[in-house]
Amino acid sequence: MKDLAQSALDTAVARGATYAEVRVMDLRERYLSTKNGRPAQVRESQSYGLGVRVVADGAWGFASTDDLTRPGVDKAAALAVEIARASALAKKQDVQLAPEEKHVDNWVAPCRIAPFSIPVSSCLDLLLKVDAELRRVQGVTLAEAAMDFRHIEQLFLSSNGSDIYQSKTQTGAGFVATSFAANEIHKRSYPNSFGGQYQTKGYELVEELDLVGNAPRHAEECVALHKADQCPSGVKDIILGSSQLGLQIHESVGHPIELDRVLGTEANFAGMSFLTLEKLNHLKYASDIVNVVADATPAHGPGLGTFAYDDEGVPAHATPIIKDGQFVGYLTSRETAAAVGQARSNGAMRAESWNRIPLIRMTNVSILPGSGKLDDLIASTDDGIYMETNRSWSIDDRRYNFQFGTEIGWEIKGGKKTRMLKNPSYGGITTEFWNSCDAICGPEEWTLWGTPNCGKGQPMQTMGTGHGASPARFRQVKVGVAYSE
Amino acid sequence: MFLSRQRAEELFKKVLKYSTADETEAMMGSTSYSLTRFANNTIHQNVSEDGAYLSVRAVAGQRTARASTNKFDEASIRQVCEAALSLARLQPSDPDLLPVPGPQTFRSIERHYEETAALTPQARAETVKSAIARAEKDHLTAAGIFSSGLSAQAIFNSRGLKSFHEETLSEFSVTMLGESSSGWAKRTSPNWHELEPEVLADRAATKALASREPREVPAGKYTVILEPAAVLDLLGFLFFDFGGLAVHEKRSCLTDRVGQKIFGENINVRDDVFHPLQSGAASDGEGIPRRRVKLVEKGVVKNLVYARQTARLMKTQPTGHGFPLPNEYGEAPMNIVMDGSRKTAEDMIRSTERGILVTRLWYIREVDPYKKILTGMTRDGTFWIEGGELRYGVKNFRFNQSVIEMLNQVEMMGPPQRTSGEESFDMVVPAMKVRDFNFSSLTKF
Repeated sequence: MKDLAQSALDTAVARGATYAEVRVMDLRERYLSTKNGRPAQVRESQSYGLGVRVVADGAWGFASTDDLTRPGVDKAAALAVEIARASALAKKQDVQLAPEEKHVDNWVAPCRIAPFSIPVSSCLDLLLKVDAELRRVQGVTLAEAAMDFRHIEQLFLSSNGSDIYQSKTQTGAGFVATSFAANEIHKRSYPNSFGGQYQTKGYELVEELDLVGNAPRHAEECVALHKADQCPSGVKDIILGSSQLGLQIHESVGHPIELDRVLGTEANFAGMSFLTLEKLNHLKYASDIVNVVADATPAHGPGLGTFAYDDEGVPAHATPIIKDGQFVGYLTSRETAAAVGQARSNGAMRAESWNRIPLIRMTNVSILPGSGKLDDLIASTDDGIYMETNRSWSIDDRRYNFQFGTEIGWEIKGGKKTRMLKNPSYGGITTEFWNSCDAICGPEEWTLWGTPNCGKGQPMQTMGTGHGASPARFRQVKVGVAYSE
Repeated sequence: MFLSRQRAEELFKKVLKYSTADETEAMMGSTSYSLTRFANNTIHQNVSEDGAYLSVRAVAGQRTARASTNKFDEASIRQVCEAALSLARLQPSDPDLLPVPGPQTFRSIERHYEETAALTPQARAETVKSAIARAEKDHLTAAGIFSSGLSAQAIFNSRGLKSFHEETLSEFSVTMLGESSSGWAKRTSPNWHELEPEVLADRAATKALASREPREVPAGKYTVILEPAAVLDLLGFLFFDFGGLAVHEKRSCLTDRVGQKIFGENINVRDDVFHPLQSGAASDGEGIPRRRVKLVEKGVVKNLVYARQTARLMKTQPTGHGFPLPNEYGEAPMNIVMDGSRKTAEDMIRSTERGILVTRLWYIREVDPYKKILTGMTRDGTFWIEGGELRYGVKNFRFNQSVIEMLNQVEMMGPPQRTSGEESFDMVVPAMKVRDFNFSSLTKF
């Protein structure tokens, strides 16, 4: 395969590319799910192809193919150059890239138990046990459980001499109980919504989750929600569970720090960002206790945003984003770094597959832990609501106004978790919200969550991102906003 | 590899050669797609892809599974057949699994336009240059896409079913940005000549100019005029609930409501793949011919759609709306056509004493699955109407609105038109004037 990739690279350069990179990707996926006591989906897929991205006549072009023959890849390379020349018909200035050294490397992400080696029948047995536990609870009308395994191998060659091979395995698993009664539908998901937990790990993740052991409580909560009181409307202190805080970070920190949004290149679809350039190092994004990093390095953990090199061949970085509440960093590419005068990209360019260009994407954008346990945080809260597991999420196209709903909540009175609340929701303005954070739980409550379904770009690309978070408290937040008239 | 009918026949012969399953189905497809993307008045991304796939579903007794590949050498075809069968055999049996369907007859649909398939990067760049020139004329900044492509899809099975469809698709979408405002327009069509990019660029620019220095209007319930893209993106969250399996499993907002009048008298919706403004194939994911289905008549939920297996479960006939098997979801109507009337946007504005015109909605998510409350934001052209005239741009709102209630509050509709948004599949829907639409908060721009 390396020979074909090199051939494509040589063809692009011979045709006039002043910069060229070739990515070959081989993606294998297995997805298994069950529903109400039966297998629902059992499928496997493999996709293998090559993409060539070039600069020619000072403009970008990209072409991809799954015809992995020498004529096939050379044709794609030539087309990429032709497309770049067409782009140059409407260019304002030549593409400038921040410098990046040549890297030659081979990286394999740790994976203790190869998930594709686990017999499908064993996986389905486990899912069906979870299913049985969920349906054992009277009132559960739909039980769903799933596992998702991905293995990704990719080779990156560039005209500056980089030659990088990376291999990683990602695993996801989870379940959801649904209950319909009296004109209401409630759900409880474990360990998170969107299919559960996802990490760059092997089958060991499934074993760690104890899906069967956690099924009864979630099924019971799902049914109990029908009799719970409605989340009140008003202003309250709230404590967010760690997975919900992970999504809050994703939407109200992760997306606005993407420098391509800031510079307007996503304006037509994903939108822009309120974090305009003059705010760097000047905006009080959050309260003093909030520290957020974008960290793709394996040292941060096995997140969906963990890698050794991004898809421009830039090594994984750990970038401070919010330091002691101050906004200090963007996610960048080689082009956007150059555009704002930064010396080097911090390595956030990622492509969904061989047939897509890399875009600036979140890596692992995580809030650093504070101290203490969730129980202690609840005990120190006089009047508030604890909210857990996302149900709905929405934010405007510059990332100011957000609204989230969760599957379940509990009122906190006098430091104690009291009555269950259904349909919890909260909303606000990003910086006001983050500046109201006055407590973050410690490392023992911190989880590196995987968000497998982040969409961006035209054509749309879906990317997995990581978000480490522990439960945190926010003072005087608008709650019940989704149902208030 | 581009998939022609002949190529699909040849490929399926190989699948049958290697498949030892009791029954075998092959989905085959190919895409040749290009997209020119612009922002900041320059082309900044410009991409092309050629790809194809073979997806084999094996049936072993009462078990089924699917395996897919994009490699077409003999070894890969053999491997994908073996993988599908092996996956099928490793699972418990499903007593409800049906045999693959036999041969079907399909009404032909012509949605292939050679000029769309043949569009070059140079032609797309020249069109984009025109949109940029329109922006620069008024000191605006343009961002958007111009895409074109050709796709083919075949479903063949070992009982002799053969379904083949190819179509072209093109899309032009543009956002015009001013210092304090923006405007947006978009159109898709199998025939790129129907896109009218210059008209769209001018419409987006006009909206951006007219909404400069937007004012703050307090949140609350207002009469709104929803342009078709806003209507489409809201309705997109409703129609998956018209799947029979969704109702059977009580995950649909139509659970216990089929046959009831839950929308206004003026709401009539059907699913019709044959409508001249629609796109897509005449068969579903199992190769069953799509039927026209009346979903809502005078506000009454008249019918659901059914895949074969759901139809048997619910003792009715399949309508040709199933997704490829195996899947959890069952089926959904994907070719929505909603009746409208002959009222123009001007009629709607003229008849509105105080209200808000919405160009487009963004980041819509479901808040409550049974009440069908949706939340989301307005975007790229939100205007205050007073005394029957558009007055000025306003800052964007968040809404929390039940789409079921909304369809009881429709006061006026425009002519249905092929519409494309960002949150849902394309539909044929009208603009709507709706009373008491619930805006719950404001954003900063």
